[in-house]
Amino acid sequence: MGSITLKNVQKHFGEAKVIPSVDLEITDGEFVVFVGPSGSGKSTLLRLIAGLEDVSGGSITIDGKDVTEAAPAARGLAMVFQSYALYPHMSVRKNIAFPLKMAKMEQSAIDKKVADAARILNLTDYLERRPGQLSGGQRQRVAIGRAIVREPSAFLFDEPLSNLDAALRGTMRLEISDLHNQLKTTMIYVTHDQIEAMTMADKIVVLNRGNIEQVGSPMDLYNTPRNLFVAGFIGSPRMNLIEGEYAQAKNAKTAGIRPEHLTLSKESGTWKGTVSVAEHLGADTFLHLDVDGIGKMTARASGEFGAHHGDTVYLTPDETRLHRFDDKGLRIAG
Amino acid sequence: MATQNTKTLARLMMAPSVIALLVWMVIPLSMTLYYSFQNYNLLTPQNVSFGGFFNYQYFYTDPAFFTAIWNTLILVVGVLAITVIGGIAIGLLLDQPIFGQGIVRILVISPFFVMPPVAALIWKNMIMHPSYGVLADIARFFGVQPVDWFAQYPLFSVIVIVAWQWLPFATLILLTALQSLDGEQKEAAEMDGANFLNRFIYLTLPHLSRAITVVILIQTIFLLGIYAEILVTTNGGPGYASTNLTFLIYRTARLGYDVGGGAAGGIIAVVLANIVAFFLMRAVGKNLDK
Repeated sequence: MGSITLKNVQKHFGEAKVIPSVDLEITDGEFVVFVGPSGSGKSTLLRLIAGLEDVSGGSITIDGKDVTEAAPAARGLAMVFQSYALYPHMSVRKNIAFPLKMAKMEQSAIDKKVADAARILNLTDYLERRPGQLSGGQRQRVAIGRAIVREPSAFLFDEPLSNLDAALRGTMRLEISDLHNQLKTTMIYVTHDQIEAMTMADKIVVLNRGNIEQVGSPMDLYNTPRNLFVAGFIGSPRMNLIEGEYAQAKNAKTAGIRPEHLTLSKESGTWKGTVSVAEHLGADTFLHLDVDGIGKMTARASGEFGAHHGDTVYLTPDETRLHRFDDKGLRIAG
Repeated sequence: MATQNTKTLARLMMAPSVIALLVWMVIPLSMTLYYSFQNYNLLTPQNVSFGGFFNYQYFYTDPAFFTAIWNTLILVVGVLAITVIGGIAIGLLLDQPIFGQGIVRILVISPFFVMPPVAALIWKNMIMHPSYGVLADIARFFGVQPVDWFAQYPLFSVIVIVAWQWLPFATLILLTALQSLDGEQKEAAEMDGANFLNRFIYLTLPHLSRAITVVILIQTIFLLGIYAEILVTTNGGPGYASTNLTFLIYRTARLGYDVGGGAAGGIIAVVLANIVAFFLMRAVGKNLDK
């Protein structure tokens, strides 16, 4: 079990209202990702759930039990920290066993659980080593191991992959998703990387300045961003946001079109642009363009598109995929 | 070739300081060694002769010799225990965010700036004095017979004074070590269900082990040579109750005018200090290799 409910949760540091008020429902077994730029309050929100920070107002309920005032250890949650926070003078075995030892579990039961966790995480050969002798990915797995032996009602991850290099990040992303599929336990994952959010989440919570901008599945957020912030934050490369004549013609303050929903052509199209930078990735081509009458835009073509700096290219937006926003930055339906 | 030249030049440049240090160390040591084999008493300075091992035998058979060694050990161990335990306790307190943290820290460290004879005089006359010391005042306030500290508990009193002086040093080193403890590790332990005591035993103490080693090593070096505090307060007495090895040497050389005997005592002290250092390095030095 691991359903978590936040009701009107607030956090102030002195005068600064880091989190003005947040309501959120997390159902059992969900993989929820908090995503947002730095300073958006996503880590604070996670720490409030963990109990490492006290709420300034509101209530937190886990499995129907009010834990607003409960100590971190009493909430039945396990956390994986950004720096892994392994105990440097203990072997991997003792690190993983530590929470069980604190729970005064019998030694034989501890040994069995540690062995199980080590097997799941491929750490069996490293049990006698110290954290200092492990690579970043292995340390990450030890931190996860220390979390799973407790059999918590939910896992909390605080930007766990940000200290790893790009290749390892990709692998660990898969491993964590795999783990979620195996354990089917609620996971809350904080990241500033929208790719991690899109690839792993069942449900994404987009945060900005302590407010929830939108909650939804990755495809909800991609297809129907509720406002300009979500539109600009989710998706890579970013959505092109167009103001002025074109948007007015569509009865909107701002019109948004994703780079992948622009058709590129060398002969004709709605807009005419000059390539400033072309990024050829093989599978994709990203073109950064100066478009006449609009300004800078990004377009994405599947496969190779032979255009280089200074070339003239024509763009045609797929108007069924156009997003429209009013003067408050909110989405106009339809 | 260039590297060779640089190395030679570097050696040349270092030579003056190395030679100065060597001379500074070797000359007093060899002179002490020389005098320790001479019959040389300042009361009869004209009768200087080779004495063989007589001075060593004389010093060794001094009835105060084993008392002095024992007192030295108690002094060192006692002060180490108080400063390490007290230093950790004060360090833990100072590590908390409190109002006026900067000033409190300077106040805590200030005893270290008071020179030993001054500190000893203050303790002797203003704190531990049986008639007008602060402790006597307190005792009288509660209607208890004031304790004459230096007469009744001479060695303990000296330990207290020396510990008071070295507590800031231990606190300073241990506090910096405490501050370098990773905050996320503490939070992880908290989430793992470790209470304050468990966090201290399994997280803080292992983290501090290296700093504790440094405190013990450095303090032992200085504590083996404690002298001023004893001279100012108890003068080694009553009897030999607060005489340590250093003070015994002083007593032999300066009160007995026996240069040869004092020199022999000095050499014995050097040998004993090296034995202590050897065991200490083996016992706690392992901590530094990690």
